[in-house]
Amino acid sequence: MISVVGLRKSFSGVEVLRGIDLSVEAREVVGVIGPSGSGKSTLLRCINRLEEPTAGQVVVDGVEVTGPGVAIDKVRTTMGMVFQSFNLFPHKPALGNVTLALRRVLKVDSAEADDRARRMLERVGLAARADAFPAQLSGGQQQRVAIARALAMEPKVMLFDEVTSALDPELVGEVLGVMRDLAEGGMTMVVVTHEMGFAREVCDRVVFMDGGLIVEEGPPAELFAAPKEERTRSFLSKVL
Amino acid sequence: MHRLAEEFFNWSVIREMFPGLLTEAVKNTVLLTVASFIGGVALGLLLALMRISRAKALRWPAAVYIDLFRGLPLLLVIVFVGFGLPIGLGVQFPNEPFTPGVLALSMVYSAYIAESIRAGIEAVPRGQMEAARSLGMPYRMAMRRVIVPQALRIVVPPLTNELLALFKDTSLLAVLGTRAGGKEITKYARDFVNGVGNSSPLVAAGAAYLVITLPMLRLVAWLDRRSKAGAR
Ligand SMILES: Nc1ncnc2c1ncn2[C@@H]1O[C@H](COP(=O)(O)OP(=O)(O)OP(=O)(O)O)[C@@H](O)[C@H]1O
Ligand SMILES: [Mg+2]
Repeated sequence: MISVVGLRKSFSGVEVLRGIDLSVEAREVVGVIGPSGSGKSTLLRCINRLEEPTAGQVVVDGVEVTGPGVAIDKVRTTMGMVFQSFNLFPHKPALGNVTLALRRVLKVDSAEADDRARRMLERVGLAARADAFPAQLSGGQQQRVAIARALAMEPKVMLFDEVTSALDPELVGEVLGVMRDLAEGGMTMVVVTHEMGFAREVCDRVVFMDGGLIVEEGPPAELFAAPKEERTRSFLSKVL
Repeated sequence: MHRLAEEFFNWSVIREMFPGLLTEAVKNTVLLTVASFIGGVALGLLLALMRISRAKALRWPAAVYIDLFRGLPLLLVIVFVGFGLPIGLGVQFPNEPFTPGVLALSMVYSAYIAESIRAGIEAVPRGQMEAARSLGMPYRMAMRRVIVPQALRIVVPPLTNELLALFKDTSLLAVLGTRAGGKEITKYARDFVNGVGNSSPLVAAGAAYLVITLPMLRLVAWLDRRSKAGAR
């Protein structure tokens, strides 16, 4: 479903991704862990080209995202992205957040878009808050609206970038719960996370990044119990 | 003391200014303000969007325009548009002082308004554009549906300030020629002074401005306080 080959990214001469190879099967949930600054966010953002890769190739659902002349706006509708800082549109209520791109990008008519948006909000447990503005919602609720907004586009893959890091501890669970349901429903997901419990229980595979490289990857049971690399071991000993 | 009151606060002179002070002078000042503000905001929004564009060919003409008109005295621009252009090009503006006045004020104020709007756009968190783009919105759509609506909200207090300044600056249009019934407050009052040989009409003109500017000053202060309190 996702194939990343030889991906490199430099910011003004500093190489932040130094040759990433990663492939993600359909329905697979891949967790990405690693220390701050290791390039996890940059990797995700290169996959939907919010960041322009310096070199390498990204293919998603058979479309070469990095290909010349690719219709990037169209390709992005096949990839949902959820951010650490929610990034809900503050001038629109929850429902309007979900319908905006449905109506303007996918040209779904407004009754149908409302309908679809309400179903998505229901799926994340927020049917009752459809008319609330982001400022009236808790962080956990905002993040669930953001997930509903991405899901409404019916993407092929979902990219999550530390989506619980900005939340109060008591709100983390409700968001992880939604992600767990998604994973069980067969969504293809790449999840950058500091939640080792979530990575262990929900992910099919975990990737450990450090210094712009994938150091080690494997099923969570193996990677957490018996890391092969010294760097993985020292990282895990700090976070577990 | 009595003489001073006669000269500056002569009620019988001031009474004579009515109803023209309202039906002509205040009305024209308000019309000039509204028309120039609409022109200034429309052109200012366009300039602001050009100014932040990634295309150099859009960015630098906007930058030059903005610096040029912020660097020139407003009165000079008004005189240039109102007298320089007609003489230089051999044309005559219809409906003086409205056409040249609104043109000059819109041109100058759009430069200031563009800077306010640009600051507003830049105050919208970067994640908003990224969220919109990640949903597949093209840049222009993201600007129009996500960024600009938020920027305009941020920009209400500074734009109210520009509106207030613009309202007062319409008095500079008193230097322009005027068709019958086309005087704004300052010209109306000055011509009245010439007619009656008494300065009270200028005091009345000041009062007419203040009736509108004082509430607006309160409004600006209130908007400022509200936007600071509501800042995310
Ligand atoms: N737009 C940018 N301009 C310059 N440098 C950047 C930019 N974005 C990221 N970087 C740098 O790239 C490196 C990797 O950043 P990235 O955000 O991908 O790390 P991360 O693994 O997501 O870290 P964290 O866990 O803190 O989110 C960091 O050193 C960061 O400073
Ligand atoms: Mg990050």
